[in-house]
Amino acid sequence: MTAEAKPTAARYTEFHPRWYRPNVSVYWWMGQRQYLKFILRELSSVFVAIFVVETLFMLSALKGGPQAYADFQNTMASSLMIALNVICFLFVVFHTITWFNLAPSAMPVRLGGKRVSAYLVAAPSYVAWIVISAGVYWLVTSWPLT
Amino acid sequence: MARQSDEAFFWILFSAGGVVAALLIPIQLFLFGLAIPLGWIQPPTYEHLMALVRLPLVRLYLFVLCSLSLFHWAHRFRYTLYDGLRVKHLNEIIFTLCYGGAIVGTIVAAYLLWTIA
Repeated sequence: MTAEAKPTAARYTEFHPRWYRPNVSVYWWMGQRQYLKFILRELSSVFVAIFVVETLFMLSALKGGPQAYADFQNTMASSLMIALNVICFLFVVFHTITWFNLAPSAMPVRLGGKRVSAYLVAAPSYVAWIVISAGVYWLVTSWPLT
Repeated sequence: MARQSDEAFFWILFSAGGVVAALLIPIQLFLFGLAIPLGWIQPPTYEHLMALVRLPLVRLYLFVLCSLSLFHWAHRFRYTLYDGLRVKHLNEIIFTLCYGGAIVGTIVAAYLLWTIA
C-alpha cells in the first residue's frame, strides 16, 4: 500500500498487541458430552484400521495354508483378541450409527417444498445395512460352494 | 502438506471409506472377530473360505473394503491428532504417516489378494 511507503512521523510501540487466543487444554473434549462424543466418533477410525490389519493377517493366514489358518484362529480365540474385538465392534457400530445419522444433515431432502424428516432420510441406510449384513452372513456361513 | 484441491480428493476417499466401513465392517468383525472364535456359529471350513476368496468379485470386495477403510482412517485420525491432541505443528509428519500407512495397507491387500489363489 502506498500509504505505508511514505515516511511517517508515527511512532510504533515495540510491544505486540495480545492475540485474543485463549489457551485450550489438550483435554478440551472431556468437559462436555457432545465434545466427548465427537472425539469418540473420530477415534472409531482407529478401530476401523485395526479391523483392516486383522483382515490382512487373516488373508495372509489363508494364503499360508490350513495349518497357518488354524494358528490364526487360535490367536483370534485368545481372550486378549476377544477383548480387543469387543471394543472394536462397539466402536465400529458407533461409527455406523453416527455416519448414517449424519446423512440427513449433510443432504437435506425436500419433497413438495417440505423437508423430509431426518428419520426418513436415514432409514434407507439402516435397511441397506441389515440386508448387506444378512448377505455377508449367508455367504460366509452357508453358501454352497464346496 | 496437501493443497486445497487435494483436500477434496482425500475427503472423497474418506467419505467413500466411511460408507464402506459403516455398511460392511460390523458384520465382518462380528463374524470373524467374535462369532467364529467364540463358537457361536458353525465355523466355515478353510476350503469354504478359500473357495470364496478365489472368486474375483469377493477379492474385489475385500480390496475395496481394506483400502477405502484405511483412507477413511487416515483422514479422520489425522484430524483427531490435529484437534484432539492439538499437535498441528507436526502436520507434515502426521500427514505422511497416515496416508503412508493407508498406501502401504492398500499395497499389502493387493499383493495378498493377487497371490492368494
